[in-house]
Amino acid sequence: MYKVPKSRVTKVVAMAMAMIFVASSQALAGDGDYGQVFGLSSRKLVWFIAQMHLYLGAFVLGVPIFAVLIEYIGFRNGDKKFDGLAKEFTGLLSVAYATTAALGGLLLFVFVALYPTFFSFMANAFGDAMIFYALLFFGETLCLYVYYYGWDWMNDTSPWPKLVGYSFAAMGVGTILLAAGVQFGAFGHYHGAIQPFWAVVLVIAGLGFFVVKSKKGLHVWVGVWLNVFGTLIMMVANSWAAYMMSPSGIDPNTGQFVGTTLDAVMNTLWAPIGIHRMLGNIAFGGFVAGAYAAVKFIGSTTPEDRAHYDWMGYVSNFVGICGLIPLPFAGYYLGREVYSNSAVMGNNMMGGDFSWTFIIQAMLVGSLFLISCYYLWIGMERIPGAERYRGFVKYLNAFVLISFAIWLTPHNMPLTGAEVSAMGGSQYHPTLKYLGLMPAKNAVVNLIIISTFISFMLYRRANMGDMVPISKQGKGPVIAISIAAFICLYLIGQYAWAMYSLDPQELDLPPDRVQYFKTVAMLLFATCLMIVISSVLAIKDKGVLAQYIYLAWIIFSVVIFLGVYGFVVMEKASPFLRNIAVSQFIQLISAIVLVTAIDIFLFRGAKSMGEMRWGQISSRSQYALLTLCIFITFNMGLMGFIRSGLRTDWHIYGVLKDTSEWAFTPTNFTMTVMVSMATLVFLSAVAIMFWLSAISKAGKKSNPAQAEPVEVQ
Amino acid sequence: MKINRLLLAVLLVAGAYAGFVFVFTYLLSEPIPASVIKMYMFFIIVGVVLALTADDESVREMVEPFTALVFNKKYLLLRNIVFITLPIIGMAITYWITKPTMDAPVELRTVHPAPPSSLKAFGKTFNLQTLKNPFRETENTDPDKFAAYVTEGRDVYYKNCFYCHGDKLAGKGHYAIGFNNPLPANFVDVGTIAQLQESFLFWRIATGGPGLPNEGAPWASPMPVWQNYLSENEIWKVIMFLYDYTGHAPRVMDDHK
Repeated sequence: MYKVPKSRVTKVVAMAMAMIFVASSQALAGDGDYGQVFGLSSRKLVWFIAQMHLYLGAFVLGVPIFAVLIEYIGFRNGDKKFDGLAKEFTGLLSVAYATTAALGGLLLFVFVALYPTFFSFMANAFGDAMIFYALLFFGETLCLYVYYYGWDWMNDTSPWPKLVGYSFAAMGVGTILLAAGVQFGAFGHYHGAIQPFWAVVLVIAGLGFFVVKSKKGLHVWVGVWLNVFGTLIMMVANSWAAYMMSPSGIDPNTGQFVGTTLDAVMNTLWAPIGIHRMLGNIAFGGFVAGAYAAVKFIGSTTPEDRAHYDWMGYVSNFVGICGLIPLPFAGYYLGREVYSNSAVMGNNMMGGDFSWTFIIQAMLVGSLFLISCYYLWIGMERIPGAERYRGFVKYLNAFVLISFAIWLTPHNMPLTGAEVSAMGGSQYHPTLKYLGLMPAKNAVVNLIIISTFISFMLYRRANMGDMVPISKQGKGPVIAISIAAFICLYLIGQYAWAMYSLDPQELDLPPDRVQYFKTVAMLLFATCLMIVISSVLAIKDKGVLAQYIYLAWIIFSVVIFLGVYGFVVMEKASPFLRNIAVSQFIQLISAIVLVTAIDIFLFRGAKSMGEMRWGQISSRSQYALLTLCIFITFNMGLMGFIRSGLRTDWHIYGVLKDTSEWAFTPTNFTMTVMVSMATLVFLSAVAIMFWLSAISKAGKKSNPAQAEPVEVQ
Repeated sequence: MKINRLLLAVLLVAGAYAGFVFVFTYLLSEPIPASVIKMYMFFIIVGVVLALTADDESVREMVEPFTALVFNKKYLLLRNIVFITLPIIGMAITYWITKPTMDAPVELRTVHPAPPSSLKAFGKTFNLQTLKNPFRETENTDPDKFAAYVTEGRDVYYKNCFYCHGDKLAGKGHYAIGFNNPLPANFVDVGTIAQLQESFLFWRIATGGPGLPNEGAPWASPMPVWQNYLSENEIWKVIMFLYDYTGHAPRVMDDHK
């Protein structure tokens, strides 16, 4: 194989650095506040580079999350197949990681050169955090190198002396106690979800310690810390982006930053953006990895390869959907915080300039759910016994599509002059206008998620035959289903009580509006009753009935009742509408938790109607995976534009004005051009990176001394 | 009787279209905007195609008529007819879509005009992000005073606003018939003031049509600049009346504690 001489690489790097230096000096020759290179729009340049950095960043942060989870599953089950898959996922990172860092460096240069005043302000507020950020890369790089290159070396599962395990477990307990301290305010009380977010990160980090009982366990632990460092890096960088939207530590009279770095970091939108990005990264990483598997599947020449990449594509889609399901709720939380932070920004986002971009976003997100379901429906072809459930597909398809159409229906329609006249001069359709309001949107988003969840359930049980009654499985199922039911009861019950005792004054509402709170509370109490009934039925060997009852109740409560009642609340007690959304979300989560818990034991040990025929799937499914990757890339670019564009003509909202010639909000046309360009370049770059990782593997396989063991499927 | 999948697909799509026309035109007597029906039909076509291609047998059945048309010599005449007719239909549709008309172009309007972060009115600057109705707290603290303010707001409304916004606040005043896009706002509708903060209404009333932002233009709103005719307090009180009469609650923001 042709090898690029090192001297040539050095020359290319030197030339690139020289170009950046020349460009920077040319840029700095501007009017002081802003620079320009090669006559380009500085805003578009920053936009493009930042977007590329974010795409790659999301990929390299998302993939390790599920890679380590898959490795852990393989480690627990002793299934080498999972271990191989986790390693293959991690292998995709090695090239992407360096490119992400390079783009990050380029972004820094561009900020310094083109927006010096802005960058100086940011450096003043975040100086310490920036140094900390750079240091974190050492930890991240070390973990990645040990994790990837030490994979085979640390593959030994023979147990270490117990003392080692106990020592690590003690550290784990310490870390979990630290998490409890964070959650309960031992280190101060902070706005919104900051404490729970970090508590969860610390709990996961703490749990990682308990695995260290062998060399392989240590490897999993390194993987956990790779994610901890990744999360820290993401959160530090997030604090800058969030600060630009919701600055803190500012003297309201002078507009100067007077706080500490911590004040700047702990700004209002830090946690909501962090949670949204984290879930987005998982979904993005899953779908990009799915595209990789699809390309490999299409190009496979042997049944073994087809089987392997079919399975990899399935796992990737599963991961993508797992990230995608909670995303609308994380987005709702983020949107709500944006609104609370600035009503002007919130209005601009959902009702103003950016409202049409949300229609496009709904189209993309809806497509992601629909295509994922489609992939599962096609996948049922390779499962013996799945024909029993194929009849459900058309109904699920109809649910998803009707929901999708409602989600997309705008409140005010694009109308011709003649149509406006036909509607009496109004921009709002007399009937369809209701579909454009939040209660309708919330109801159908929940229905899309429930339909996707049911698609997974059908897929899971497709080849399951005669079941072993739960009562004959010992105490395990009773305990597990009871725990799941208890979690659901706590989740719903505490909120039901909070709604029952909510004082209308807290929402600036008159006392008589309390009736709306109580109605929702009673509904949630009824859901608690359904949880008890369903879990008892499941334990009494009526698991399928229990699942039907609970799912039917949740569809009635979340989609039908609260969907309609939302309009009543919107009219009479509008501020309470956000609580309706939370009620819908927690009930949906309870359905996923309880129905999954029942499902696990319902089909444990069930007679198989035939083995899954991995590899025997239509190519249509693989094109579905590719489309998922393209759509999520588009969507991420679009959401990046919205998040950044919401600041309108401010660098730092309300504090530092953008006085450059590019300060205006770009049109939707410009946005589509820029996002499409970024999508195209990113996907091309990913294709090249995957190709590089493939030729590296091909090189190893052609050299018997370095050949990897062939995995048995 | 088993229907061929392709025929089934065509029937489903045609049936859905006929259903829309029947429901909206004959049952509800309401127009269906072309943009909406196009979007819905797009979803129906996608849905039908996805449902009918979810298993290999269906795909074969769907594709079979096309394959036969192209490769089976038995259908030579039909093939020629289809291959000549399809481009002609395509051309006709293209001509129909692109031919110049006298109609005004389709407008993409924003739901609510985006408010500025601050507002200059009554000779001072208001921060719209923090602006609150100074009389609102009486709703909970002093109901009698609140009722008095609402009554004052009612008087302001019927002296100034009802000509366009109507006696029942539904946007059907005497002059409303003279306006076309935008119509006077219908305050009773759940999609208007129920979704907005009082500061937003203050901005809209104080600066009227000329105060609308450049984004989303042309607005063509004849709403007067009420700060030239009403006092600051009168505007706040009329806002209280709007919410009280309609039964809506103004939108409030979470406090960041």
